[in-house]
Amino acid sequence: MWYYEKKLQYPVKVSSCNPRLAKYLIEQYGGADGELAAALRYLNQRYTIPDKVIGLLTDIGTEEFAHLEMIATMVYKLTKDATPEMMKEAGLAPHYANHDKALFYHNAAGVPWTATYIQAKGDPIADLYEDIAAEEKARATYQWIINLSDDPDLNDGLKYLREREVVHSQRFREAVEILKEERDKQIYF
Amino acid sequence: MYTQTKYYYPYHSPFDPCKPIKVKSYETPPNLYMGFQPPSLPQFQPREALYHGTLWPALFSPYPGKREVVDNE
Amino acid sequence: MNKTMPPEFYQLLEEIQAVDFVLVELTLYLDTHPDDYEAIQQFNHYAKQSKTLKKQYEKSYGPLKQYGASYSTYPWSWDDTPWPWQV
Repeated sequence: MWYYEKKLQYPVKVSSCNPRLAKYLIEQYGGADGELAAALRYLNQRYTIPDKVIGLLTDIGTEEFAHLEMIATMVYKLTKDATPEMMKEAGLAPHYANHDKALFYHNAAGVPWTATYIQAKGDPIADLYEDIAAEEKARATYQWIINLSDDPDLNDGLKYLREREVVHSQRFREAVEILKEERDKQIYF
Repeated sequence: MYTQTKYYYPYHSPFDPCKPIKVKSYETPPNLYMGFQPPSLPQFQPREALYHGTLWPALFSPYPGKREVVDNE
Repeated sequence: MNKTMPPEFYQLLEEIQAVDFVLVELTLYLDTHPDDYEAIQQFNHYAKQSKTLKKQYEKSYGPLKQYGASYSTYPWSWDDTPWPWQV
């Protein structure tokens, strides 16, 4: 089971009310390489991966939910007191017409999240390579959003999330090495 | 010298309509080079670690934003 | 009725976030390095520090966890604002 903890993983700040940035950022909420897809991908693959790497998939999958909450916080703060007029100017009129300010699992172009974004091949190497690719794609997405954003506080949080992708990718690469079983020949201490 | 950003010079046709970006870049973060992380690497202090997004300086990947050179003839 | 959280709230929260972040990093590291004794000692050290800080936090600002992982105040204060995204 899971325990919710009433705090964010990182102190998220946003400098200004800016629904346009929220529109871009929603890519990491309900997009193909977003945090929801990441969490569900790893927590689903873990049932059929060798025992040695179940812990890693569980822990990274769990951390992804903390990142999902950070993205939600950013979107919430960027749009909280925006007027319908501001939503319209930001290109969010179609979203507003359907959802008001509610968050929804879709990407920056409004395409709803789909399970086809994630894979579970059942082959441990194929699944871990998918996970490594997913982390690199998420890292790239953060880069493109940072390039679009002029909000220094938001970018601080986005750079943190980008760095987490780098660390996760590192761990998944190590998981591949563990499954290859060759590295036991090296002694570390 | 080791750098986390790599550059390349894309082919530019005289018939390309946008102002050419002469130099393009892409990121090569440290996880691509580390292999299996060795034990006892130097660490950040907790608060520093939080604001870097990693406990280990060796895994830190700064991203200052796209650095591309547009041709201004 | 609006309340504003004092600066000490943000300081303590940040301290907890920093210590818990080290624990996240060490957790993922130990998942692939289960025999690193030094890292496990460090993990246990920060786990203890995290517990102490959270005890202090919960005394002033209410429970961090639910389902009995935190003790309750009287009256029940789990629903009290601010929620993490409102902070």
